[in-house]
Amino acid sequence: MDILVLGIGNALLGDESVGVKAVEELGRRYVFAPAVELLDGGTAGMELLAYIRNRDVVLIIDAMRFDAPPGAIGRVEGADVPAAFRNRISPHQLGLSDLLAAAMLTDELPDRLVLFGVEPQSLEPGFALSPPVAASFEKLLAAVVEELRGLGVDARPRTGSETEPLPAATPWAYVQNNASGSPVGKEPA
Amino acid sequence: MAKRIVIDPITRIEGHLRIDCEIDGGKVTNAWSSGQMWRGFELILKGRDPRDAWVITQRFCGVCTTVHAITSVRAVENALGLEVPLNAQYIRNLIMGAHGVHDHIVHFYHLCALDWVDIVSALKADANASAKLGQKLSPWKRNSYEEIKGAQARLQALVDSGQLGIYGSGYWGHPAMQLPPEVNLLAATHYLQALEYQRTINKVVAILGSKTPHIQNLAVGGVANAINLDSPATLNMERLYYVKTLIDEVNDFIKQAMLVDVAAVGAHYAGWTKYGAGVTNYLSVPDMPMDTKGASFTLPGGYIPKGDIGKFTAISSFKDKFFADNVQESIKHSWYDGDWTRHPYEGETVPKYTDFEDNGKYSWVKSPSFQGEPAQVGPLANVLCMFAAGHEPTKRYATQVLDTVSSLAGAKVGVEALHSTIGRIAARVIRCAVLNDTLAEQWTALVNNIARGDMATFNQPVFHNGVQQGFGYHEAPRGTLSHWVIIENGKIKNYQAVVPSTWNAGPRNGKDALGPYEASLLGNPVADPARPLEVLRTIHSFDPCLACAVHMVDRNNREIVNVRVL
Repeated sequence: MDILVLGIGNALLGDESVGVKAVEELGRRYVFAPAVELLDGGTAGMELLAYIRNRDVVLIIDAMRFDAPPGAIGRVEGADVPAAFRNRISPHQLGLSDLLAAAMLTDELPDRLVLFGVEPQSLEPGFALSPPVAASFEKLLAAVVEELRGLGVDARPRTGSETEPLPAATPWAYVQNNASGSPVGKEPA
Repeated sequence: MAKRIVIDPITRIEGHLRIDCEIDGGKVTNAWSSGQMWRGFELILKGRDPRDAWVITQRFCGVCTTVHAITSVRAVENALGLEVPLNAQYIRNLIMGAHGVHDHIVHFYHLCALDWVDIVSALKADANASAKLGQKLSPWKRNSYEEIKGAQARLQALVDSGQLGIYGSGYWGHPAMQLPPEVNLLAATHYLQALEYQRTINKVVAILGSKTPHIQNLAVGGVANAINLDSPATLNMERLYYVKTLIDEVNDFIKQAMLVDVAAVGAHYAGWTKYGAGVTNYLSVPDMPMDTKGASFTLPGGYIPKGDIGKFTAISSFKDKFFADNVQESIKHSWYDGDWTRHPYEGETVPKYTDFEDNGKYSWVKSPSFQGEPAQVGPLANVLCMFAAGHEPTKRYATQVLDTVSSLAGAKVGVEALHSTIGRIAARVIRCAVLNDTLAEQWTALVNNIARGDMATFNQPVFHNGVQQGFGYHEAPRGTLSHWVIIENGKIKNYQAVVPSTWNAGPRNGKDALGPYEASLLGNPVADPARPLEVLRTIHSFDPCLACAVHMVDRNNREIVNVRVL
């Protein structure tokens, strides 16, 4: 089965970075078998067409406004996913809306399309997630892993002995702040 | 009486554009361009290692990732006085050029064409007549009846599905749509083909940049690509030949389909050569450096004041003082604290929001100026400057397009027609053809240099205590992009990015002169204020970042989306 997990959002705008942080963190924590492609799509649009076309499954992780309390996680499936982006409930709906419409036009939409959306609190410039979104980050990762397991993918926590190299951390990588116990973005020294 | 219309969805990516127009007697009489989102990205860079800046700046914008990355390393290299190896220049040039070709194809077909091409009409066209027309206009191999009939069927299937997506918010059937059905169908067929070719050329970016959408191979001082012609793990002959194949594959599409399509649109909308000139001070920078210093370029750039090609002044190196000394930004009409016009090195980003004030502050975008005047940037500025500098390929493709328009329209259309909405679109296609030829040259230069035994790709940067400042520029798909950095004791002290959409979408400047978007809308016709297609045509001709997708979305017509809360 050909599966793509696509994190999207602007890495520099607080909670908008939640999808990008999530795919990066999934890659740092797990080794998937059979392999799953994890892609940090940023806020790209048409450029992603090459990645989503003709997949069996595409799981998208993104910030999403759906009138829920900040940090709430929503799951959207199938034809509702393009509709969600058309409705502009994601901050970068337009790129994704164009992309999905193009894939529909060329008849290359993935067979199964699922969106995990997190209601954002703050989209101010910065690498850190807001406290409510940070608080549901683990739940978000667990939901995606559970979805993958449901598709028959084994998600094995890394032990350090893998042959697959550990991906390098970006400046906005998810970091656990030991002092406060809450995850924050990495700020300059 | 004047009626005011506000077009305000647009996108967050490059700052949520809002356009206000006053319309009187069927024409725009006043206009305001407002960036609706605060971009305090520069603040994130303060205190960081200058070697990391490009990784962060490439996240500024979803469409323009590569261009911010390249400009950032150039700015830091300029501050350090660091040269980069020839191979690194060529590899960067190939990435930039391929990204530019990709971007121009996507803009012309997928973000802008639907303002001019009517899909409803294309569905009614006779595919046979379309194929005959296509074969008469060009030798393009994919203008066959089967290909065109297949495209029509696919469009029909999409319309029948009722899930039109972005296509549903176009202005199909609008009275300002003037192409005959068979031209609409031909262009729509190429629209579908363009989805393949934009992907093809973007593979060049992925191969050389290690990854898209965010390239990984840059470094202050060069690139991280290791070159070893015999190793499967590095940039080798097999990869290089694949890159060449990809460049060649898109070549015929650009030359035989895209150049012809833009001429056909231009000929049928010849009236649009009279609208949209706006600010005719044109700024572009040279690009595709062919030496280690950035003093010799394949593509020229410079400044043309008041549309007078004879007054062209060239910008000639990465250290060019004429460029460096004449860029300023004003915040008189922007939501920042104070009222100043300053050089980017002295720039500040201290937000101060007021309401939308027609005569006061009304935008988050600062207003850049060159020699104290607003300037238009983008492919039109670039093409006119290259034309003025006597760049042969530019002259050749510009002449080819203008001659095709003239023959289709039955009247002589000259270079002056380029100062317009439709000219801006034509210039983008001309530039795309020039860029693709440049790609082939850069490829040859890289291969020849490697064949001479030069495998170097990186010079180690050294940071000294004290203060260094520098700037980097790049002629990006949307126009002149510059980054300005001040480094103190090895850390970033100040960082300012003056981006193409700031030049074009900026509000009135310190002397109240209208910005390029604003000025270009004056006199623009609007047949139906409720469906301001003509305003979108002019704004889209600038290629506002990611369609600044004035794809109008009706907020009152939301679809029901089933969200399961976890």
